[in-house]
Amino acid sequence: MKIRRLFRRNFNRADPNMAVIILVLTMCALVSMIAAIGLGPVSVAPDSVAKILLSRIPGLGGVIQQTWAQLDQNIVLGLRLPRVCLGMIVGASLAVTGVTMQALVRNNLADPFILGVSSGASATATLGMLFGAFAVFGKYSLSISAFIGAAVTIIFVYAISRVRGRINITQLLLSGVAISMIADGITRIITLSAPNALGLHNATFWMSGSLAGAKWGYLTLPLVVLLACMAVLMLNYRGLNLLLLGEESAGALGVHTGRLQKMLVLVASLMAGVTIAVSGAIGFVGLMAPHFTRLLVGGDHRKVLPISALLGGILVVWVDVVARMALAPEELPVGILTAIIGGPIFIFLLKRRTKEKKQ
Amino acid sequence: MIRLNVDKLTFSYGDADAISEVTLDVERGEFVGLIGPNGSGKSTVLKNLYRALTPDAGGVTLDGGDLFRLSHKQSALKLGVVGQENDVPFDFLVEEIVAMGRSPHKKLFDMDTAWDKQIVHHALEHLGMAGMAKRSYLNLSGGEKQRVLIARVIAQETDFLLLDEPTNHLDISYQLQILDFVKRLRVTVLSAIHDLNMAALYCDRLFVLKAGKIVLSGTPEEVLTPENIHSVYGVQCDTMLHPKTGKLTITYLPGINEPEALITDFKYQ
Repeated sequence: MKIRRLFRRNFNRADPNMAVIILVLTMCALVSMIAAIGLGPVSVAPDSVAKILLSRIPGLGGVIQQTWAQLDQNIVLGLRLPRVCLGMIVGASLAVTGVTMQALVRNNLADPFILGVSSGASATATLGMLFGAFAVFGKYSLSISAFIGAAVTIIFVYAISRVRGRINITQLLLSGVAISMIADGITRIITLSAPNALGLHNATFWMSGSLAGAKWGYLTLPLVVLLACMAVLMLNYRGLNLLLLGEESAGALGVHTGRLQKMLVLVASLMAGVTIAVSGAIGFVGLMAPHFTRLLVGGDHRKVLPISALLGGILVVWVDVVARMALAPEELPVGILTAIIGGPIFIFLLKRRTKEKKQ
Repeated sequence: MIRLNVDKLTFSYGDADAISEVTLDVERGEFVGLIGPNGSGKSTVLKNLYRALTPDAGGVTLDGGDLFRLSHKQSALKLGVVGQENDVPFDFLVEEIVAMGRSPHKKLFDMDTAWDKQIVHHALEHLGMAGMAKRSYLNLSGGEKQRVLIARVIAQETDFLLLDEPTNHLDISYQLQILDFVKRLRVTVLSAIHDLNMAALYCDRLFVLKAGKIVLSGTPEEVLTPENIHSVYGVQCDTMLHPKTGKLTITYLPGINEPEALITDFKYQ
């Protein structure tokens, strides 16, 4: 009973205790990461995982006795740890991208996957990957090509669905569908005319979203972009909140709406592009994580941004565990799983929305 | 003392001017009403004033300075707005919505202080909504939502309000309540009003818009004569000073302009 009361007091929609919630979720994230590192076709016991990780911390290395097999260490440090870290970063980025796009179009159904942004980014990224277009950007060519695709798609969808200064939800969803079909078609053409079969196989796998190829080198750019975008969004949390009231109200309360919206387009396409470049299109995370976050703490972006980042990370880490365990040793693309979970939630939200409208 | 001076304001959405050469002024402490039929440009005038739209021509001076040279933030510190859009498709608490009125006072790194909380609380108290602070805005009735928006504009602490038909779609009790609240604030108000009786009850002066042009202005008694109302709205009516309020009241006379048509219709049934 006491625990329940404690829970009620801190996880209370009307007056959430942010410090406690963030602390609890960070703990959850860490525990999830350690557990997820151990889980896979070859499992490693959590205590071994913890010891292997601790032994890597400078100064602690000599203290901890090696009681684990060398193979376990290779799996943990070489394969699983970068993969789980990437899952965390990708999940957080996708969730925050979702929040950003939802503020931009003033609708909680927005998600980079649903609005075709992932497809747009995939198309330009495939172009870059198979033909070496954008090769001038060196090792960032894939990220930059995906960013360009994401930005173009967001601007297109936004422009199409804006009717008399307001975002029309039907137009928004339909133009998202149309644009993602066009982009997928382009991707198909590019892959079919691909110069090499290996690139083709990689491209298809990567289009349905996967963390399987994670390497340490993949982590830096997405992490830097996530932290930078998060900082920018947190500094503008009032503006994001006001934008949800509608453009006119936001303007009347001192927001330069045009400037803020351009910034949101930039932030969302940066995060979507960089994320999609390393993990492919993982859908519905940007829909699910913000939705559960709002149930927990309401709509204030000061709270929504950090919490949905944590929830998104935890979600992707666990879905990725299922992706590598379900048909082991065969890998499932993680994007397929998030679609299977997220699709029904999207339909539920859509249904509830139309019901509210009728009342 | 003149606080707001609008000079030959012109704006068009496409080819035809939605408003053309609108000139009006509001003095300190006045409650000025903007009336006119649907589509006559009342909202368009206000939107140009709170800068949701940018005028094609004309000037606006607020407290002696050019309104359009202020930043959005600076004008939000001078002008409070209650517009027509009041649906928020996301889950916010009433107190969170009201606290948004504090935004123009905030710089980039400022957090909400105890002082802000106090202002929000006072604003809600003023509207008799202190008990609803923790309720979800989504679940409120139309009248309650409008009260929350008035509380937000109070929390904004401006002494000039622009209201765009603040009582539209509300029950009559809420209409009176909202306008009473606004009147009690003793601030300068420019409001678009749909209902002529409401305009007569609350406004010190009226400007009448027809097809985007100001056609009449003056006190309610000067403006709301049966002849004027007929020429602007095309209806017959009778006006009198009500013995209890001392204000003008309008009684509409349906069908008087075509009595024979009515009678023949009746016969054939």
